[in-house]
Amino acid sequence: MRRLPEVLVIWVPLLLSAGHVVVFTAWTTWMSFTPSTLMPASGWVGLRNYTSVLATRNWKIAFDNLLLFGAGFVVLTTLVGLILAILLDQRIRGENVLRSIFLYPMAVSFVVTGTVWSWLLNPGIGIQKLMNDLGWTTFRFDWLIDRDMAIWTIVLAAIWQASGFAMALLLAGLRSVEGDLIKAAQIDGAGPARIYLRVILPALWPIVISVLVILLQFAIKTFDLVRALTGGGPGLATQLPALVVYDFMFQRGQIGRGSAAAVLMLLTLLGVLLPYAAWKYVQRRRAANA
Amino acid sequence: MAALVIRDVNKRFGPVDVLQGINLEIGSGEFTVLVGPSGCGKSTLLNIIAGLEKQTSGSVEIDGRAVNDVPPRDRDIAMVFQSYALYPSMTVRQNITFGMECRNVPRAERDAAVARVSHLLQIEPLLNRKPGQLSGGQRQRVAMGRALVRDPKLFLFDEPLSNLDAKLRVEMRMEIKQLHQRIHSTMVYVTHDQIEAMTMATRIAVMHHGLVQQFADPETVYNRPANLFVARFMGAPPMNTLPARLVAAGSGVNAVVGTGDEQVVLPLPPEMAGFAGREVILGLRPECIAEERRRFGEDVEPLMVEAPVVMTEPTGAETVVLLVLGGERVLGRLSPDVRLRPGERGRFSLDMRRACLFDPKTETLIG
Amino acid sequence: MREVPFTWTRGLVYIVVVLLAAAYLVPLVVVVLNSLRSAQEIAQTSMIGWPKTWAFGNYAEAWGSFCIAQTCTGIQPFMLNSMIITLPATVLSTLLGAVAGYAISLWRFRGDGWIFGLVTLGVFLPEQMRLIPWTIVLRDVGLSNTLAGLVMIHTIQGMSFTTLFCRNYYLSIPQELMKAARIDGAGFFRIFWRIVLPLSPPILIVTVIWQFTGIWNEFLYGVTLTTGTQQPITAALIALSAAIADAPQHGVQSAAVMVAALPTLLVYVFGGRYFVRGLTAGAVK
Repeated sequence: MRRLPEVLVIWVPLLLSAGHVVVFTAWTTWMSFTPSTLMPASGWVGLRNYTSVLATRNWKIAFDNLLLFGAGFVVLTTLVGLILAILLDQRIRGENVLRSIFLYPMAVSFVVTGTVWSWLLNPGIGIQKLMNDLGWTTFRFDWLIDRDMAIWTIVLAAIWQASGFAMALLLAGLRSVEGDLIKAAQIDGAGPARIYLRVILPALWPIVISVLVILLQFAIKTFDLVRALTGGGPGLATQLPALVVYDFMFQRGQIGRGSAAAVLMLLTLLGVLLPYAAWKYVQRRRAANA
Repeated sequence: MAALVIRDVNKRFGPVDVLQGINLEIGSGEFTVLVGPSGCGKSTLLNIIAGLEKQTSGSVEIDGRAVNDVPPRDRDIAMVFQSYALYPSMTVRQNITFGMECRNVPRAERDAAVARVSHLLQIEPLLNRKPGQLSGGQRQRVAMGRALVRDPKLFLFDEPLSNLDAKLRVEMRMEIKQLHQRIHSTMVYVTHDQIEAMTMATRIAVMHHGLVQQFADPETVYNRPANLFVARFMGAPPMNTLPARLVAAGSGVNAVVGTGDEQVVLPLPPEMAGFAGREVILGLRPECIAEERRRFGEDVEPLMVEAPVVMTEPTGAETVVLLVLGGERVLGRLSPDVRLRPGERGRFSLDMRRACLFDPKTETLIG
Repeated sequence: MREVPFTWTRGLVYIVVVLLAAAYLVPLVVVVLNSLRSAQEIAQTSMIGWPKTWAFGNYAEAWGSFCIAQTCTGIQPFMLNSMIITLPATVLSTLLGAVAGYAISLWRFRGDGWIFGLVTLGVFLPEQMRLIPWTIVLRDVGLSNTLAGLVMIHTIQGMSFTTLFCRNYYLSIPQELMKAARIDGAGFFRIFWRIVLPLSPPILIVTVIWQFTGIWNEFLYGVTLTTGTQQPITAALIALSAAIADAPQHGVQSAAVMVAALPTLLVYVFGGRYFVRGLTAGAVK
């Protein structure tokens, strides 16, 4: 019954969009089982690419770093975002301006963020230099070149960039808590702190979980920021899986292994998204049955 | 000729039978109300008539033409929705003429149609406003205007008054009824409000569980409900229904309600004598139970009973009294000047001529 | 809004919030100030300081004559590249996503749930899974190392987000409105054009801002799928960092960073409020 122009406008873009997801996933997965090097090649090497990627020091460190970075970034960003949201929720003057200030880092590219923070954190020209020049000669802030602490510079810059986003979502959540609920708690004699802890935050859980998941998938995909801030160094101290993939594919010309590493990235991502999807599904079922 | 014929219409959603074998024949100029509780299938039936949903089987004819495969725009119908469904970004004028715009009607003709309808509904001052700037009642009028301007074979209303407050609802109810009396179009009106059904309809189709329980004029539906569902659904407060044994008494018959000390014997009209010996459900409208001094007709000897009062609900115009009759709770409608207190025993006058008898198993009306 | 009386806790809230805001502004202030300081001045002190002499020339140099990887044209051609990529890709992905979201949410058709699920998965699929396939596809359609190639990629990928958000937003349009329009005789395109699109600004602002910033800031595709003069500004900034690693030119570099960040910053300053409002309308479902 539907006419041709409608069919074209609906289906062609949708099929391209959905198709590229399916086909490219299958394609890269297939390449991860081939002996592709500089160019994609046919052939079958089984799991060899995977075993060799998993055996490299590069990948192991990158994955450990991801766990540390992911946990630090996600937890701290959500916490900072929540604090900002609660502060802005106090009916303060200039809320619009303040919200813009906390949100503007999100507008900036990771490349810019990384570059600017690399200056600030560089002990030779940044904050440490400033403090030393001001007379505090023993002041040290050299995480950027410290193998153990370098990963936290990434966390710091990433929090600066993403906490405004977390704040925006959480603030909307805070504001959507039913007014009657808060009035009821006030009549029950609860003070502001208790109202937040016992009434508002519990109602906020679904949004907090969503924020955690969104941030976690940011973390797994993080690439540009590290490229611009530390380049993965010093040594391999800030290496992350996304950089390993790039390294295999374009620096070493090992497309097969790079693809295997990309698939491993995807699997990590699914490890986060599938439980989330399941949780969402259960929630929706419960809401439907209630 | 029938303006709308619905033949054996069925509708399934997965495993659920929403409509089961619906048959209705609606004459030209009739105001038919489909009434029933939510989930009874009345809105689905209306959507099928409009062509917005497709029936699983069966056929719909509008003005003698089968329209089963005709899209809504070509069915020559107009519809008024519960939420009014006014296009938020268009002015009132554009809302009313959007259908004509879709059919490429010349501008002069559109303007004339708007003038006619806006005069009829007195919405001329609103024509250049957006729906967001209108009150509920005004939106309702515009929605009516959008339907009227089409001059269709069939008007469909999907609970159009249920978003209005009580006072406005009564006003609009009367206006729609007057409108129907003026333009004599065929209208199908869906509501869950039995008062709307009673006051507006020329015929009522009471629906429940995807079936038409009764399709008749309001008086019949009210006085001779086809089954217990209709008896309890129509009327507020609803019909009293009491289990009773029918016992022959001379040439007549008595209904015996309750046992032992609570037993009450109610003589029934002589034409029900044939049912003597049966167990039935006795149906009695609340207005058939009144204060002691009430007479239900010049030559009618009222039946007097004494019963304890459980609760009273004064409404101003009358007082609804909950009393116990033969161990069953029943409602009566008393004159407001009668003061009875809970716990008291009172004497009541009963009108048994309007009693209905239902079969306890099939729940259908037998006498 | 009710006036809230001053208390010590409220005073504390103000102090904390202002301090935090100042901290968030530090990187921006540092870049702006450095973009106006000369290289020698920065080298003598640190990256953090007030300009002694205002070096406005940094901007002219960054824009038009600074050398990046042997080409001494400044960032101007790369800014132009980014514009040529970002504007069409933003408009196209938003429009296609709006139509797709409209079809999925308000018309329903066979297979809509499946196709929607797959399109949405595109929001999460890492770019690394698509890099090599895109390289090959671009080569096969003859768009290797072209801006048009990046427009195509960002349009197709961007639809994942725009479709998701538009669909979620359109779900709140009542079905009765659709029924009324169908009875009035309006078809697919007329309903979209006359009824749905006029209701769409809140969500279109979100998708436009999201797509614009996302595509403008994109780096990975820019650096792998284009080279030399075809690269977008993000890739050029990284090349610039590498170019001046030996001879620090932080003043010019700051000016370049500032110019590169300006379009998206402006978009946020002017659209941010609508963005936050619409984000929650489209996201929470």
